[in-house]
Amino acid sequence: MRPVVPYVTAALLFGLGVYGVLRRRNAVLVLMAVELMLNAVNLVLVTTDTTVRATLPHGGQVFALFVIVLAAAEIGVGLAIVLQLYRLRATVAVDAIPLAGADGSPAPADPEPTTAGADEVVQA
Amino acid sequence: MTGADVLLVALGALAVGAGALVVTTKHLVRAGLYLVVCLGALAGLYLVLTAELVAWVQVLIYVGAVVVLLLFAVMLTRAPIGASDDLDRPGWPAALVGGGSGLGLAVLLVDAYRWTRVDLPEAGTAERLGSAVFGSWVLPFELLSILLLAALVGAIVISRPEIGRRP
Repeated sequence: MRPVVPYVTAALLFGLGVYGVLRRRNAVLVLMAVELMLNAVNLVLVTTDTTVRATLPHGGQVFALFVIVLAAAEIGVGLAIVLQLYRLRATVAVDAIPLAGADGSPAPADPEPTTAGADEVVQA
Repeated sequence: MTGADVLLVALGALAVGAGALVVTTKHLVRAGLYLVVCLGALAGLYLVLTAELVAWVQVLIYVGAVVVLLLFAVMLTRAPIGASDDLDRPGWPAALVGGGSGLGLAVLLVDAYRWTRVDLPEAGTAERLGSAVFGSWVLPFELLSILLLAALVGAIVISRPEIGRRP
């Protein structure tokens, strides 16, 4: 087995994932590109497990399993955020989201009735 | 080149080709289906690399759960059927950064490993990986269970309908 073949595959997949994250506008497609990157890392871990003889056997494959679990948690929370964004703004384009304070104005602050009421009580 | 090398090259080419289609296709649903092909080819690569349990976990969790979740999200955000033209941002920085990182890592790994050859180790069956997880990696395993619980609670809290409603 030549370890260079899966290593180069993983490197190219990681590059494709980076390209997808930077290029795509749709948030769901951005998440798909993130999955590509995580899978490239998994492939590196599994290939290293077969290539390098470590003290603890199968450490790379155990870490690949851990990364799969992390990816499942990430995709759950990420899709919840995307669906909430779609419910609030009716779009999932990542460059159509106004960031608070991006136009020079501060984020809308809540009125503070409690402190004003406390001042009146003190003055009375 | 042995039979394992031929399989590795074929499955790797399939994975990279399907991954390229995932990040370039104009159809949202087809991107999810190409992702299935890419993840399936990666599961085949794991099988050739003797990581049996990781391969089947990949099929179960990625192809079975993550892709289904992504397709649900595609449908719930009312993705149009057919090609859509507004999926991509214009510009060359993405191609530059992505191609640069991918090719740079590839050159680095090729330079590190050349055309060396290693023998495949004993297969990573469920028994061996189970003894490794519950022998040496118990603490990370338990931490991951706490993280999964936190992610579950977080997803439920984020999905509450009253978020964003002004009082």
